[in-house]
Amino acid sequence: MDHQALLSCISTTSCVITQLTGGLIIGMLLFLVAAGLSLIFGVLKVVNFMHGSLYMLGAYFAYTIYNVTGSYTVAVIGAGLGVGLFGLVFERVFMSRVYGEDVLMQLLVCYAFILILDDVVKIVWGPEFKALGMPPAFALPPFVVAGGIVPVFYLFLIAITLLIAIGLGFATAKTRIGKIVRAAAVNPSMVSALGINTTLVYGGVFALGGILAGLAGGLAAPVRSLVPGMGFSIVIESFIVTVIGGMGSMAGALVGALMIGLVRSFGSIGFPLFTEGLMFLLMTAILIAKPRGLFGKEER
Amino acid sequence: MSKGSTARDIGLAIAALVILALLPHIFPSKALSDFVIRLSAFALFATSLNLLVGYTGLVSFGHGLFFGLGAYSFALMMQKLGTSIPAAFGLTILVSAGVALVVGAICIRLKEIYFSFLTLAFQMLLHSIIIAWTPVTGGDQGLTGGIPRPPFLGIDLAQPSHLYLFCCTLLVVSLYIMWHLVRSPFGYTLRMIRDNPHRVSFLGIKVWRMRLAVFVVAGIFGGVGGVVMSLFVSSAYPDFAYWTISGEAVFMIMMGGIGVFFGPLFGAVILLLLNDFVTKITEHYGLVLGIIILAFALGLRKGLLGVITEYFRERRAARAGAPS
Repeated sequence: MDHQALLSCISTTSCVITQLTGGLIIGMLLFLVAAGLSLIFGVLKVVNFMHGSLYMLGAYFAYTIYNVTGSYTVAVIGAGLGVGLFGLVFERVFMSRVYGEDVLMQLLVCYAFILILDDVVKIVWGPEFKALGMPPAFALPPFVVAGGIVPVFYLFLIAITLLIAIGLGFATAKTRIGKIVRAAAVNPSMVSALGINTTLVYGGVFALGGILAGLAGGLAAPVRSLVPGMGFSIVIESFIVTVIGGMGSMAGALVGALMIGLVRSFGSIGFPLFTEGLMFLLMTAILIAKPRGLFGKEER
Repeated sequence: MSKGSTARDIGLAIAALVILALLPHIFPSKALSDFVIRLSAFALFATSLNLLVGYTGLVSFGHGLFFGLGAYSFALMMQKLGTSIPAAFGLTILVSAGVALVVGAICIRLKEIYFSFLTLAFQMLLHSIIIAWTPVTGGDQGLTGGIPRPPFLGIDLAQPSHLYLFCCTLLVVSLYIMWHLVRSPFGYTLRMIRDNPHRVSFLGIKVWRMRLAVFVVAGIFGGVGGVVMSLFVSSAYPDFAYWTISGEAVFMIMMGGIGVFFGPLFGAVILLLLNDFVTKITEHYGLVLGIIILAFALGLRKGLLGVITEYFRERRAARAGAPS
């Protein structure tokens, strides 16, 4: 524990700015993963424990596509679509068989896929760390805001994830498809009685969750090292985020993700060995105060 | 429960212990006795978790808290305080029970997935403390230097044969107590809570008190599992409190059969055997294990022992129902 370092950081603007942007990008990436997780839980009532593996797949897809095409834009979009397609197949072939079953059965299927995908990645891409590197378009001198260093790529990340968040919020609130999805979350049999293909809705929601996780993986690839098993920690973190925010709530996911991002970023200065512990402390405190998370609805 | 069945159960427990005691004399291999000791640790851990998951419907993701806590508190007491083994064992049970009481009181207020994740949070909190508190716990290296094992009551756990018998006894005695518990009125109350907590509360039973009680019991035996593990490896590692260990225990329960008392024991046998064989034949352990788990999850829904007991139950029912 290094309280002195934390205090001296908080008292200097430059350090606060640096840590703040660092925390923001962690939070925004986490939001993309957690939003998909929350959406899948909200509609399918499935706790998708392998969501972190989708994120990992996204990062590796982006890595390969970038190396082949040399275009970061294509890499990120390809990662999103590729993982979305994988999510759709996974939902149709495996997950749909355990709907309505014990939550443990779903957990088991997910656990199996965590193990399988980690090894598949090891076989295809090798067990060692990989780095995508910063795309040339972003290899610019960083902005200096009040003495704090803000890399250009960070600003791009924050902007693009914010855009996705707003788009997602708009789509679920205003569009017809969004309304169907929200209705399916509340009363799937009614939606099905209205002649809407719920199978399609379920597959679509899982695919969308996959796209979000894949995009997050692709966007994170330039600033994170790629390694099999990298999905492990992010899935735990995004679960903390969704549980803090209230499972199924998009606004909750955003708030939770930003909280965890900031805790991680500032915590790494004050409590380098206990950063993870801080996240769990935060989650414990919030759940004790609000047993269904900050934005969670009380179920009947 | 009749007196006769208690006598029968005690007889069976003694028979099991005798068989376990004779095993190393029939097959004198270190690998076998090591396997049984490891099995004791995991079987205790998974069976105690099943009290929560299978019998009470409390899906805890954080039962590894007690495995890690048991291992560390026992190992630390032996290493730093130089207590005797019985005293360290007794204190570890007290520590496990105390922590379970506090953590349980907080967690059981929450429902479903929130309960699961709050238990997980407490477990990962312990993991973080172990990692961060290096001067005491050795951080991510685990406790180094081994655990002293002073003899007590003529038992010398430094000797492999004594250690083996000690762990077998802990396993059989603990399983006997838990078996007794799930057959008691308390055990039936737990099953009622699992099936319909509202109805149980209408009967005038304090549901939270029952849940808390079983959480404490499960915590104690999870801790005993940790003690066995720390005796076996003569140390304690942060992995014992990592979330994957809880995942393994859940998997053992599901594999063996969630509705069967001995399911987790059976699942522990399968998983440990799989562990040993798969790692021997391939480096792609996760791939092979994952496919096997998938086959279990999609094929054998009730777990192996569950499927077997179901088969016999149906046969018995068919025989009873058939006109003679």
